[in-house]
Amino acid sequence: MIYVIIGFLWVSLLIYLLMGGADFGAGILELFTAKDNKSHVRKTSYQAIGPIWEANHMWLIIAVVILFVGFPQVYTTVSVYLHIPLVIMLMGIIARGTAFSFRNYDAIKDNMQRVYNKIYVYSSFITPLFLGVIAGSAVSRKIDTESNSFLSAYVYDWFNWFSFSVGFFTVTLCGFLAAIFLVGEVKDEISKQAFRRKAVKMNVAMLIWAVILFVASIADGIPLLNWLFGNIISLLTIISAAIALVFLWIAIVKDQVAIMRLIAGFMVTMLLIAVTYAHYPNIVLLKNGDELSLLNHKAPQKTIDSLGIALLIGSLFILPALFYLVYSFGKRKHGTAHHN
Amino acid sequence: MDNFLAARSQMAVSLGFHIVFSCIGMVMPFFMAVAHFLWLRTGNENYKNITKAWSKGVAIFFATGAVSGTVLSFELGLLWPEFMKHAGPIFGMPFSLEGTAFFIEAIALGFFLYGWNTFNRWFHWVTGVVVGVSGIVSGILVVAANSWMNSPSGFDYINGKYTNIDPIKAMFNDAWFSQALHMTIAAFAATGFAVAGIHALMIIRKQNVGFHAAAFRITAMFAVVAAILQPLSGDISAKFVAKNQPAKLAAMEAHFKTQTYSPLIIGGVPDTKNQEVKYAVELPGMLSLMVNDKFDSEVIGLDRIPVKDQPPVAVTHYAFQIMVAAGMVMLGISLLYLLAVFKFKQWLSKEWLFKIFVAATPLGFLAVEAGWTVTEVGRQPWIIQGVMRTADAVTPMPGIMYSFYLFTVVYFSLAVAVTFLLGRQIKMVPVIYDHTNLNLQS
Repeated sequence: MIYVIIGFLWVSLLIYLLMGGADFGAGILELFTAKDNKSHVRKTSYQAIGPIWEANHMWLIIAVVILFVGFPQVYTTVSVYLHIPLVIMLMGIIARGTAFSFRNYDAIKDNMQRVYNKIYVYSSFITPLFLGVIAGSAVSRKIDTESNSFLSAYVYDWFNWFSFSVGFFTVTLCGFLAAIFLVGEVKDEISKQAFRRKAVKMNVAMLIWAVILFVASIADGIPLLNWLFGNIISLLTIISAAIALVFLWIAIVKDQVAIMRLIAGFMVTMLLIAVTYAHYPNIVLLKNGDELSLLNHKAPQKTIDSLGIALLIGSLFILPALFYLVYSFGKRKHGTAHHN
Repeated sequence: MDNFLAARSQMAVSLGFHIVFSCIGMVMPFFMAVAHFLWLRTGNENYKNITKAWSKGVAIFFATGAVSGTVLSFELGLLWPEFMKHAGPIFGMPFSLEGTAFFIEAIALGFFLYGWNTFNRWFHWVTGVVVGVSGIVSGILVVAANSWMNSPSGFDYINGKYTNIDPIKAMFNDAWFSQALHMTIAAFAATGFAVAGIHALMIIRKQNVGFHAAAFRITAMFAVVAAILQPLSGDISAKFVAKNQPAKLAAMEAHFKTQTYSPLIIGGVPDTKNQEVKYAVELPGMLSLMVNDKFDSEVIGLDRIPVKDQPPVAVTHYAFQIMVAAGMVMLGISLLYLLAVFKFKQWLSKEWLFKIFVAATPLGFLAVEAGWTVTEVGRQPWIIQGVMRTADAVTPMPGIMYSFYLFTVVYFSLAVAVTFLLGRQIKMVPVIYDHTNLNLQS
């Protein structure tokens, strides 16, 4: 049963990274779009993500619940020592979620829209940045559970080159995913070109941040190279992600919407496998050399069993409903739905 | 500000706001579903307009409720890590089910809000109902987790260790039913009175009267039924608390001295030093009757509770008085409204009736906040009744006061923003939803 739960945790993270990531990315693209075209990006992304907007963010809640029920020590350690980035991320979540719905449901569309948009785009940037910072810090061996000094216990855990490089890499990844996703959402060639250009820019930015990330990992003494290339699984997944990138560009140029989304999803999946497999089953690496492991720091067996059953039953409801939601709005967008 | 006090204050502020957002987010879909049903049945466009207008409210409140709920799922760990480390695996079951219910709610809301003119009309209606039902289920599950803190079960606590954990038993702890019932009815009463009050105000102002009168009738019905049922569920809760958490009951009633024929103390100023209540109305024997159905039964007072295990008496007592008073006023208004509906139909066109409802707009939420204070402050100094003290659960990170200030500012801004948006929705009713008296306006 523990493997079922680890599976759910991993899949929730993956879907959050993909769907939530594309969703954050839409805001990031809006942030980096010239003023004249902002409203176009906004309209496209609203139409694309509106119906599944709330659902995208449920995956984070599922992951958190799995952590605090199934792996309480992991949850509490992260909560205590990464308190500050968590609070910043939460502020981002509040700002983004409310600004998105306020701008759509404000009955009067006036200057307030500019306020909502500002909040939305900046929080779309801040939230994945700090999600990345938190993820990076968890494995950076910087979390110092034994220090008495405020700075080393609660600040330097995350305020370092490596964590922020992971954060910025996550931001560019989200922007890249959004651009790929939105290319398929627009019809006319001019808009397609615009989103393709954004995809190129984001892809370049992503590669630059990947390089910075490697440099930062060396500077901070983190064996990132060893994680990614030191075991056969990670090595293979990284290589297949790299190869997939080539095919992705072919698909983008040929305008094959389904294929390019599939490949982008495949790439992210490979990246997530590469980085999680390298530490598995450990999930948090502490400064004092200890590791928090999904297998050794789990809740008592009865809790694990009931959590697993709850997740299995839950997915019986959630997955078909979610699939039908995505399917029916996808169908409607392509103009084949009937109107009554 | 001391770290522990800051953490408690931040939790109180977060939950105080979340409880309002989520009550409205879980009850409004039912109003919407009734209006929607009436539209589908009668074809009366007025009901369709009401449904659409309310659905905007639902969307706004769902979004704020969802983010404040997400924040809370982190705050539990950010503020009370020691509690979550031990309690997470025990009382986590309702949260894992709640994840599903909440997810379904989000999916159904996607269908409902974006599904106009896309799906079969009745399928579309059902998605709206699913939003409401899964919202209620979420609410009940979260309350079940809270009730576990009041009546912990499903584990053995031996020598500081939590063993023999049974999450199912923990979920169905003794308090879950009475608390879930009381909270669910409260949500209906509070949201019903709040929404009915707003529509009543618009009726008095003679704006879009047809629209607002129909909306008022639907919400008032929910409010009235809930307000009449609530004292009954309150009685179940009080009896349970008396048996299960005598310290909380004693604080609620400012009941200092253990005795038979215990009086029911109404109002007054509790004086903990001299163990007495000044300026109160006392009904002899009524407390004994209320909790044990017998005048001569003994009710445990604060004198039997060690001082270090006593909750703050004054806060708990005042909050309880406010809740009961608000509940009684709502009960009275409800009976009056029923009289108007079934007996004195001419009252229904009188302005004073609507004025009463306008005055009662905040009462339900006042009662919700007060009741929440009773259950949380009344459990102190425990975070898990009789097992773990709140002070032992707090995060070791210093400087929580800054986080408290930040969250307070954010939640107040959210409240202001939501109020502002609702104001605009109401202002735009003649333009967006109800064109019938546009001519009158211009």
